Amino acid sequence: MESLVPENLTASFPWLTALVVVAALGAVALWCLPRGARGRVREIALGVSLVNVGLLVGAFTQFDTSKAGVHQLYEQYAWIPQIGTSYAVGVDGLGLALVALGVGLVPIVILAAWREQGDDVERLRHYLALVLLTAAFMTLIFAARDVFLFYVVFEAMLIPIYFMIGAFGGPQRRGAAVKFLLFSLAGGLVMLVAVIALFLQGPGGAEGFLTANLTGLALTTNVERLLFVGFFLAFAIKAPMFPVHTWLPDAAQQAPAGTSTLLVGVLDKVGTFGMLTLCIPLFPSASAWAAPTIVVLAVVSVIYGALLALGQKDLMRLIAYTSVSHFGVMILGIFAFSQTSIAGASFYMLGHGLATGLLFLTAGMVIARHPQRSQRIADFGGLQRTTPIIAGIFLLGGLATLSLPGLAPFVGEIMVLIGAFGAYPAAVIVSAVVVVLAALYILLTYQRMFTGPEQEHLTGLPDMVGREKWVVAPLVAALLVLGFYPRPALDLVEAPADVTVSTIALEGSAS
Amino acid sequence: MLSMLPVATEVAPAMAAAGFWQENAWLLVAAPLVSAGILLLLGRSADRWGHWLGLLASTLTFVVGAGILVDLLGSPAGERVREVDLFSWISTSELDLVAGLRLDPLSLTFVLLVTFVGSLIHLYSVAYMENDPARRRFFAYLNLFVASMLLLVLADSYLLLFVGWEGVGLASYLLIGFWNHVPAYATAAKKAFVMNRVADVGMIIALGLMFSTFGGLDFTTVLAGSADASEGKLTAIGLMLLLAACGKSAQFPLQAWLGDAMAGPTPVSALIHAATMVTAGVYLIVRSGPVFDGAPTALLVVAIVGAITLLFGAIVGCAKDDIKKTLAASTMSQIGYMMLAAGLGPIGYAFAIFHLLTHGFFKAGMFLGAGSVMHGMNDQVDMRRFGGLSRYMKITWLTFGAGWLAILGIPPFSGFWSKDKIIESAFVGEGWQPWVFGTVALLGAGITAFYMSRLFFMTFHGKQRWTSEAEGTGPDQHPHESPILMTLPMIVLAVGSVALGGVLAIGDGFVTWLEPVTGHVEHHAPVIPVPVIMAATIVLVLLGAFLAWRQYAASTVPVVAPRGSLLTRAARRDLYQDDVNEGLVMRPGQYLTRSLVFGDATLVDGAFSGLGRTSSGLGRALRGLQNGFVRSYAAMMALGIVVIAVVVLAVQG
Repeated sequence: MESLVPENLTASFPWLTALVVVAALGAVALWCLPRGARGRVREIALGVSLVNVGLLVGAFTQFDTSKAGVHQLYEQYAWIPQIGTSYAVGVDGLGLALVALGVGLVPIVILAAWREQGDDVERLRHYLALVLLTAAFMTLIFAARDVFLFYVVFEAMLIPIYFMIGAFGGPQRRGAAVKFLLFSLAGGLVMLVAVIALFLQGPGGAEGFLTANLTGLALTTNVERLLFVGFFLAFAIKAPMFPVHTWLPDAAQQAPAGTSTLLVGVLDKVGTFGMLTLCIPLFPSASAWAAPTIVVLAVVSVIYGALLALGQKDLMRLIAYTSVSHFGVMILGIFAFSQTSIAGASFYMLGHGLATGLLFLTAGMVIARHPQRSQRIADFGGLQRTTPIIAGIFLLGGLATLSLPGLAPFVGEIMVLIGAFGAYPAAVIVSAVVVVLAALYILLTYQRMFTGPEQEHLTGLPDMVGREKWVVAPLVAALLVLGFYPRPALDLVEAPADVTVSTIALEGSAS
Repeated sequence: MLSMLPVATEVAPAMAAAGFWQENAWLLVAAPLVSAGILLLLGRSADRWGHWLGLLASTLTFVVGAGILVDLLGSPAGERVREVDLFSWISTSELDLVAGLRLDPLSLTFVLLVTFVGSLIHLYSVAYMENDPARRRFFAYLNLFVASMLLLVLADSYLLLFVGWEGVGLASYLLIGFWNHVPAYATAAKKAFVMNRVADVGMIIALGLMFSTFGGLDFTTVLAGSADASEGKLTAIGLMLLLAACGKSAQFPLQAWLGDAMAGPTPVSALIHAATMVTAGVYLIVRSGPVFDGAPTALLVVAIVGAITLLFGAIVGCAKDDIKKTLAASTMSQIGYMMLAAGLGPIGYAFAIFHLLTHGFFKAGMFLGAGSVMHGMNDQVDMRRFGGLSRYMKITWLTFGAGWLAILGIPPFSGFWSKDKIIESAFVGEGWQPWVFGTVALLGAGITAFYMSRLFFMTFHGKQRWTSEAEGTGPDQHPHESPILMTLPMIVLAVGSVALGGVLAIGDGFVTWLEPVTGHVEHHAPVIPVPVIMAATIVLVLLGAFLAWRQYAASTVPVVAPRGSLLTRAARRDLYQDDVNEGLVMRPGQYLTRSLVFGDATLVDGAFSGLGRTSSGLGRALRGLQNGFVRSYAAMMALGIVVIAVVVLAVQG
């Protein structure tokens, strides 16, 4: 079993910690900003996020892609040794890819929020500080290599998101925020119990919570299954998966577009990421045991989410439901346990983050232009004549969402479907129907909002302005580049997928 | 980055040195793609010259394609299948997929058809779209189409083919909906895309089957592996590929989008929805020959689908009064011929492609002719409002006439050489099949002659039935010939309609050219002697043409369509295809969606949080909680951490 836990490669410079600290300090700085400097909050927040992009580039130069299956840039310090926790961070290719997704989206979200609060710089200051705080947590959770650290961040990161929905969203934002928190809390509580129970099964000691020390434990079948369910439930809520998905549409409907981008594009990936980096490595035989059931639920999510999206009247809710469908695809890929499907699911996490981000942010631009800031699809029409660039970008985001070949999500989706076919042909055949439903929910929406004659109440709306072009340009470029040339990202996620598959295979041969 | 890989056909691995043209084959896809990107990114600042750039990109692809063709023709037949690797695309430890191009007689045939006809249609569009403020965007989409179509036919793997496959679907969507400020056109565009996606389900399942069966998705692996695969697997793959082909090629039962697709500007109808994209399904079947060779059942279904569609389209074509919709029905029917030929297996593959090629010329020519008529008639499309136009549009009349004779299959026009071979091949075989397929193909020829002659006579001959302002049915008509930029492509295509078939048939030249891909087939004797089949075909065709002449040229055509027989009324409504789709799929789907939305809000959500909302007491409690909620939450979280600490300490203590 020892071979399953490859040696970590220690960092020569604490890149990951630096990413966390810079973002967190940026948040603190915004909150403590002296009155005189408050006119500059946007520039400061953007600057901090761009420093992080620079740090990310640095981290990439130190990451050895040929060893992407190993956790690198590793740092470990004793935290509270009395209770066995360490501050341990490190990333394999998948972790680094998700850190990159988060770090890359933050400046885009900041740029998108530039005028969101009108001239209310005070509100914007708080919002941007929360964005930076979230950024710090996002890096930390994808890098955490200590289960206790992971749990604490998993819970703590709910707080900035809660405020980003509850204080800055639409008319029913409070209820949506509370619902979000209740669901997360329920998942967190179950996970809490599982975390404690897992520790009790482990070797204990000052480093008892290190993920490496909790991997490959000799657990009895029942204990392993219970622990698996504890972790999985928390991740399924986060992902979100049918039937515990209902918090997401409410949250996305009420939250500002930037918040939804981070929430759906990055934070929800903690669910699928947790399944890959905690559920399967820690509880391999329980994962194999649960896989058929999970595959069924995943397929239900795929179809159910798509059908629900089709029936939505609110644009943001619609996008949220498409994600329920897409997370189903990812989870199908993960639990089909084929190397192609897992690498595909990992790649899809990135592609989905980009596509959904683009769709949410462009939708935000459309909504911001409506005289009453309506989100109802029926309140729009004929916008292709009025705002052709926005229309084009929205369509592109939509086409990415429906996994059109040539755009990044396609590579992930098709890898999941063909990779899972060998083990679960029926699941793939049913899931493949989603390509029809996806075409319908995207193109019907496009038709209703953008085609047809110009609407009187929408005439004279301004098309995309320069700042907004900077918001969408990096996303469009990334979608196209990874769509045609997915190699760079595949190089990162393939080796971790190999590790996952060999974990399951080893378990299969052992039992 | 060039390498020669062994090919899946019986041909020996090609080891010829890569020539200049072959090394630049990537330009075929890259040039129009880059041009499309430039036109879209530059926006209005490229309005003045954008169409010329589009034409240039398209012409460049033709030059490169012709260069490669000369290259291949200069090599012995055994060295005419070549693979050009471009870059490592998707690879995992299970799947190693290189993005590469396959240059062989089949793909090159398509490349030349697409780039030659495509360039002509670009030229035509410069004039046709002159007064459209979005002409630049139109050319961007046309270029996008050319790039995707060339990728589709040049791809060396099913997955890369799928990229082109979806690319042409996107271009088709964008171009059908080019004037999507008209709601009906926007609906037509969406309908086309969605129906094609139904077909894509087949493609995706086929990809899954191939990957799990052969461990690869490139043609070499799949086609070579087909020799050893089980018939069950091959049948499943074959049927799924057929499903895919049915969508793209508007074959029964996924044919309903093509008629509506005529909402697009006419050059689009000519290029995409007649000459090239809609024939991609035939390409897919012929390309997958080795799969179908091992799956006779799947092959039979291909032939049946083709036979049904060829009659379906022909019947619908007889009843339409819209000139473009008649041509669309005819396209569907002619592709049915190609499908039928492909479904006959190796004896039919080459003829399917042959007919595809000649059809590409004469049908594109006739669509451009229809566009020219519309151009001169204030965009009128109702043939009952045409009549006697031959005197006013001499070039359009003559070039259209060439296409008309070609599709009728009158010797020595192009269509004769290709269609007659299909009818003849359909009569080959054992059991009921040759009799059924042969009869359908034969009957189809007669019906085709009727509806195409009906179109020709109603438009160009008989009395003038033009609209006039006084009548209140539209503006006064002053028909006139189109400008040279439009007539020139029509003339070139007309030359093709007259001579292409005959030239390529000399010494079986075209069929021999395709042999490295389709294999060499010995001649099989049909169940009826060939001269009898030929004579019967000619008689039926002349009969069809005569009936049309009597009804639509010799007697008066009413400007309002008579009620018609039951069959006429059904054909006018496309044999109720939309009603069937609506009743079987759309209505139940909408019902399902609505129930699920209701269920999600009440049952699923209710199970978790609705409980709190419905009980007012708890609701009030929740509201009270809200202000201090985060504080309580933070406290709970802290509590959780404390619990962990306590437990751990207790255990360790």
